[in-house]
Amino acid sequence: MWDRNQMAARAAKELKDGTYVNLGIGIPTLVPNFIPEGVTVTLQSENGMLGMGPFPYEGDEDPDLINAGKQTITEVPNTAYFDSATSFGMIRGGKIAMAILGAMEVSENGDLANWMIPGKLVKGMGGAMDLVAGVKRVVVVMDHANKHGESKVLKECTLPLTGKGVVDRIISNMGVMDVVPGGLKIVELADGVTEAELRAATEATIVD
Amino acid sequence: MKKVYGSAKEALDGLLFDGMFIAAGGFGLCGIPELLIDALVDSGVKDLTIASNNCGVDGFGLGKLLDTKQIKKMMSSYVGENAEFMRQYLSGELELEFNPQGTLAERMRAGGHGIPGFYTKTGVGTVIAEGKEHKDFNGETFILERGIFADVSIVKAWKADESGNAIFRKTARNFNPPAAMCGKVCVMEVEEIVPVGSLDPDAIHLPGIYVHRLIKGEHEKRIEQRTVRKREA
Repeated sequence: MWDRNQMAARAAKELKDGTYVNLGIGIPTLVPNFIPEGVTVTLQSENGMLGMGPFPYEGDEDPDLINAGKQTITEVPNTAYFDSATSFGMIRGGKIAMAILGAMEVSENGDLANWMIPGKLVKGMGGAMDLVAGVKRVVVVMDHANKHGESKVLKECTLPLTGKGVVDRIISNMGVMDVVPGGLKIVELADGVTEAELRAATEATIVD
Repeated sequence: MKKVYGSAKEALDGLLFDGMFIAAGGFGLCGIPELLIDALVDSGVKDLTIASNNCGVDGFGLGKLLDTKQIKKMMSSYVGENAEFMRQYLSGELELEFNPQGTLAERMRAGGHGIPGFYTKTGVGTVIAEGKEHKDFNGETFILERGIFADVSIVKAWKADESGNAIFRKTARNFNPPAAMCGKVCVMEVEEIVPVGSLDPDAIHLPGIYVHRLIKGEHEKRIEQRTVRKREA
């Protein structure tokens, strides 16, 4: 099984040189630590920035410079700032090559749920609905099961959706799966996970 | 016409009424109109509908107006990290219209540009699309979203000249320009007001035509998530 860092490292292999990418909160924020050598990507932060740098050194925090998770961050040499309407214009307009997002549930036809649990947890969708609708390729990084051991990779999502048929690839702690016609296709197994174990842990239909 | 006012209270004078619709700039606590929010609290105006991406945090920013129960309805994309917001919403005290963040920004921008509605694929197939007109373009389905036309906009910029030409700083720009555009009257607070002629006209982010009243003041600029890295030895 992969841990959070190993999942982030696997997700980092999805990044193509010279592209613009949006990373969600949670495990996706670890992805920049693992960008392969020779690959340069420009990170978009949907609150109005292209070219997001690392966290500031202690004492250099700037309250006017935060990411979409409201964390203090820094600029890089090619940074550009813009307003929220322009930011989502580039998202909705398909200018962002890839989004790597967290998920509560994913279904075999690529439905994604990651913004609320009715009656229990109300966070809001933030920019996630806009991202999954507008970005060319959507990769989700998630734990394969919930804390009760139940599959989060489902035939159909039970939670309110963030987007319908929007996920291209799932990277979980058990491996990598693609959304294809008819279900999910296993692309890769995590260290020490067998195909039989992955199939047993997955409620969604797996196609060969 | 003189745009510069002496205080947030003076700048809001004659604009406020119960049940009014306000558009507010800011993202989280970044670039929020702190002084105008405080003046709204002091005014006691109530039954507000506020379009703002977030509602501050407990006890700061728009969260202050939740504590005083002055807000009837929020139009927002994110309520996490605000326990009182979630409590009032789940108990039915507060109405909440969830808007995807980009849809909210575009609704403000559209309103400010005289566009009453637009089609977007954001939210298709989700609860956001329920009850909204669906229309196909080139084989893809889109939903109709409406432009926002607010009674008053409250926004924050970094600096402005006396005619309201404004410049924002880094990611504190966020929702401020679209929020400024969609109000019948826009009240802006800044850190510095400079004489007309001292800003580079090519560097103006928001032209003064959108800004009706202007105040200067001290800002706390609270940080919501202070994250740092260690200096290498």
